Amino acid sequence: MTHPAPVAPPGVVTASGHSTDLVCFPSRERYVEVVASFKESGFEMCADLCAVDYLEFADRWTPEGVTATRFEVVVNLLSLSRAQRVRVRVQAGDADPEVDTLFALYPGTEAMEREAFDMFGILFTNHPDMTRILMPEEWEGHPLRKDYGSGRVPVQFKEAPGPR
Amino acid sequence: MSDATIRTAERLDVLAAETSEGAQELQRRSATTPGELGREVGSVLRLDGRAFDPDSVDYERRDDETMIINMGPSHPSTHGVLRLMLELDGEFVLRTKPVIGYLHTGMEKTGEELSYIQGATNVTRMDYLSPVINELCFSMAVETLLGVEVPERAVWIRMMMSELNRVSSHLVWMATNGMDLGASSMMIYGLRERELILAFFEKTAGLRMNLNYVRPGGVAADLPDGWRDDIEVICDTIYERTFEYDELLTGQPIFRNRMVGVAPITAEEALALGVTGPLLRSTGVPWDLRRAAPYLAYDQVEFDVIVGTYGDNFDRYAIRLNEIRESIRIARQCLEAMPDGDYRSQDPKVTPPPRARIGESMEALIHHFKLFTEGFHVPPGEVYTAVESPRGELGCYLVSDGGPKPYRLHVRAPSFVNLQAVPLLMRGGSVSDTITVISTVDPVMGEVDR
Repeated sequence: MTHPAPVAPPGVVTASGHSTDLVCFPSRERYVEVVASFKESGFEMCADLCAVDYLEFADRWTPEGVTATRFEVVVNLLSLSRAQRVRVRVQAGDADPEVDTLFALYPGTEAMEREAFDMFGILFTNHPDMTRILMPEEWEGHPLRKDYGSGRVPVQFKEAPGPR
Repeated sequence: MSDATIRTAERLDVLAAETSEGAQELQRRSATTPGELGREVGSVLRLDGRAFDPDSVDYERRDDETMIINMGPSHPSTHGVLRLMLELDGEFVLRTKPVIGYLHTGMEKTGEELSYIQGATNVTRMDYLSPVINELCFSMAVETLLGVEVPERAVWIRMMMSELNRVSSHLVWMATNGMDLGASSMMIYGLRERELILAFFEKTAGLRMNLNYVRPGGVAADLPDGWRDDIEVICDTIYERTFEYDELLTGQPIFRNRMVGVAPITAEEALALGVTGPLLRSTGVPWDLRRAAPYLAYDQVEFDVIVGTYGDNFDRYAIRLNEIRESIRIARQCLEAMPDGDYRSQDPKVTPPPRARIGESMEALIHHFKLFTEGFHVPPGEVYTAVESPRGELGCYLVSDGGPKPYRLHVRAPSFVNLQAVPLLMRGGSVSDTITVISTVDPVMGEVDR
């Protein structure tokens, strides 16, 4: 049994993706509305939500009509009844990235949005518990940003032998 | 001893400041707004038609009637470094909050600094109980972007190894679950049988765990001589022994009392929380990516998707036990159908030239050198691949900028998402049930924290 291909709401830029039926590029204002329309058409589960920092890859391909920004939030929706996947890529902004939360639609995004906040500093408006999830609470910076160097904080093990 | 280091009841603030995770922790009721409290108590559920009912929350309960206790991060039943904060009323759990991140080592950041060839060694350490399946997911993502075809034999080898890995992962689950419930013989049996599979992994890939066996383009080595006998012994032995586990646990009254009807979850709740794997199937949803979106050659083998009815602990146990049998069934079919041919793609883009040619051809030497120092370049693009790991949907979101290293490597860890069901499952249960809940949710902390 094959199901009709998923359709994006009118006015949303789309593309076809690898191993995904549809990729959507909604604006920040229409982001929640677009995801909600997919949920209504049978996408019961939000499989994944993550962010990407495009600081060093600013000239990436995006379809016409989409202004690429530094941060992007990527949502992978899954329909169990139709066995289809849809990817929603929303441009989250440059300096102070912020998008609305999907918590009201998919409560399961709670931890994933916290992770995106922790790792990239993207704020999710109206998220119930916008705290760090993996890093310690007093940590400075957001580690997965491209301008955050790795290995900047020296780790001192307790019984480490000193320099000879 | 200076004043600041004396840790007494009068210096609680010092003690708390040194060990606190701040707002990540479960807060006292007096410091929590009713809305937040409602969400925590009713877990994070506000579904269609199941909207949170304020009347069901007992706001009146004061802080001095309840107690917040801390469980973990180092607790034998938390399978690693999971920390749970429980609000208790006597013996019963009112609220739970998992505090994670104690095993966070920045593996996604590391993944951006390793070439695609090295990448598999990184992802294999995330879910350390199912390394082959992690590598498989990563390799499939890279191959999709590259457009590399994997030879038929490699596909079947990958499938057989994943199924053996699924068996070994579920065996560890059976073992640790047995131990959590005091059935320590199960602990010994589970690890004993798993050893058979790990020994075969060692024979094939050289390592027992963290194999780096599945790589972009195929697998690292062909199956060893005599592999057919080994697989037959493994399948026969473990299949027979699953019936011993059955005898040991399934009808055992103490085991049943702690499993049957404890911590149920409904299908709507599981879907809303994004829960996958045995946890979702225990609610009766027949969702298995091997069947629903077949990858490798899963559409050419026969197996059943095991589902439960009540979504309780016992269903989750029964599903895993039966999945061991189904995986063995698939492994046997792989044994029958294993085609001949190459075990890795002959595309020179991802595969080094054969050893013999390196000695005689300068170009081959340069090619080999370039491949293992710089690595191969992957065309720009982004891809999300998903496979069924023993814990649920394992996804890999890969962004390439055309260079030899991933621009962004994100792993959708099933345990990370499944962990969100813990507060819901624990609500209203007793403290002893928390042990069985953690056990049947089966989080692998290496994957949760990455």
